Parts: sequence; structure tokens; C-alpha cells
Amino acid sequence: MSAATDNLPNEQLDATTDKPAGSAPLQKPTDPSKNAWTPAWVYLMVLLSGIYLGIVFVKSEVATWQRVHKMFLFQEAHMYLIISLAIVVAGVSMLWIKRWKIPGLDGKPVEYEPKPYKPGIIFGGIAFGAGWALTGACPGPIYVQIGGGEWMALLTLAGALAGMFCFAFLKPKLP
Amino acid sequence: MQEYIMAPWPWWVAGILIGLVVPAMSILAGKAFGISTSLQQMGAMCTAGRGPSYLRDYDRRAGMWTLVFVIGIFLGGFIGTYFLSADEVEFLPASFHSLSGAWRLLIGGFLIGFGARYAGGCTSGHSITGIANLNWPSLVATIFFFVGGLAVTWGAVLLAG
Repeated sequence: MSAATDNLPNEQLDATTDKPAGSAPLQKPTDPSKNAWTPAWVYLMVLLSGIYLGIVFVKSEVATWQRVHKMFLFQEAHMYLIISLAIVVAGVSMLWIKRWKIPGLDGKPVEYEPKPYKPGIIFGGIAFGAGWALTGACPGPIYVQIGGGEWMALLTLAGALAGMFCFAFLKPKLP
Repeated sequence: MQEYIMAPWPWWVAGILIGLVVPAMSILAGKAFGISTSLQQMGAMCTAGRGPSYLRDYDRRAGMWTLVFVIGIFLGGFIGTYFLSADEVEFLPASFHSLSGAWRLLIGGFLIGFGARYAGGCTSGHSITGIANLNWPSLVATIFFFVGGLAVTWGAVLLAG
């Protein structure tokens, strides 16, 4: 990553929470957010981002079962166009952020921790896609549907939590 | 202007606005946009430091923002539906308000929760944030999201004849 290197050791410590203390003997935590609760203003930003996204999910009908169904039936380009454009906009933005080394509000460099490849990408991916097609919701729209008064989506959330617990218990046995 | 806001938004507005969430959350909050980790957060809060290592070793404090984020999404869903929509929003067709519909949502939800956590992310974390950061496993994940979704949808079409 092209981050400001003088800040890097601190950042990495922050990211890996279970690092033994001995691995960085001289690193005194100077940042108050370390080993402490996230500052309130970060939660506020996250909450506002969530509200913004929830509104967009409703207004773009991304959280509507019919839209998802017609995407998988290849009857509508709507969802494909939204997802593709979102990736392009996000990708170009992140490129600019990295190129111009734009820091976050907290002054730390913006970094992306890559999600690694594992067999779950394939098996979990197929299961997730099947669930997306059955319910017309991926995790974001589940919360949107509940917020929009579609109480049946509470069952989708209950199922999702059950699936998460099932994965938590089976994880050591899965490839 | 108001009538445009109250009507469903076109794909290009939605695509731009959703895409901007990724840099916005990076800069404003120092977080990578992703939603399904909130499920792990809830699980870890339920088991409260016990249970399988997937939940026991999870940092509930560091992950608390994911819960705040989905509370925001919930509120946004409420605002968008009741204050920013001229017509009633139909998320699920009427056919889902039945016993078979309930089972369908439960089973589908199970697959969402299991699959998203097994794959390490969902449409937001993998398809949008992951691909946007040129993370190739996220592209593989997205391809298999569609393999699963297309198989179920077209399997049902073929079964129905």
C-alpha cells in the first residue's frame, strides 16, 4: 500500500487485535482509540452512512424482491447496471484516494485490508447467491425491508442469524 | 424536484450513490463498507465471550460499528419508505405472506447468513468494496454469488416447466 510509511507500524497494530504485546515492545499507545471504544463521532458517521444507504436501497428498489428476481431471470438490466456502476464509482474513488494519499478524518491513511481467497468463497458464495434469489435480499436489504415495515423480513434475519451460528459451529470442520 | 425524489430513482443515480458509500466510509469513519459482519457481531454479542472460536475470538468492541451501521440502514429503510416514497413500497410480493413464504424466507435467510460468513462477505463487502479495491478473490466470490442465484432461479423455472 502507498500509505504514509511513518504511520504504518501503529496502524498495523491497531488492525490486528490479538497481537501479543511483546511483538512491539516500544509501541506505547498514543492514540486514545487504541484498545478502547471507537470514538462517538465515528459511530455518528457510520450511522449517517447507514441511513443514507438505507434510503438509496429503498429508492433504487435494490431491496425489492421483484427487481432481484428479474435480475436473475435476465429480464431487467436495472440491478446489473446499478451494481456495475457502483463498483466503477467506488473503484475510481479508491484509486484517487490511494493516488493522492487522501487521509481519513482521523488523520490515518485510508487502507483496504484484502479479503483472502479460501474455499468458502466458492461454497459459501453459491449458498449466499441461492439465499439472495430465494428471499430477494442480501444482508443490507434485509434491514431495509424490516425498517420499511415488511415484517416478514424478520424471518429472513432470523434465518441469517441461524445460518451465521451454524457456520460458527461448523467452521473448524469446513474446508 | 420533489416528484423526482418521491418516485423510484433511476439506475445511474443509485449506482453513483451506492458507489460513493465506499470512499465516504473510508474517509469519514476509516471503515471498509460491508454489511454481513454485523451478523457475526450479533452472534458474538449473544454468546458473550463463549461459544465457538469464530464468535469467542471476535473483537466485539472493534466490530460494534457494524451494528450501528445496520441500525442506520434500518432507519434509512424506514425514512425512505414512509417519507420519501409517493407510492407504497412493496418489498416482497403478497405470495410471501403465507406459511410457504415464511419457510422460503427462513431457509433463504439461513443460506444468506451461512454463505455470506463462509465466503467472508456479501454483495457489499465482496462485490462492491472488494472488486473496487481490485481484490481478485472478491471477483471470484461475486461470480459464485451469481452461480448460486441463477441456479436457484432457473432451477425453479425449469421445474415449473
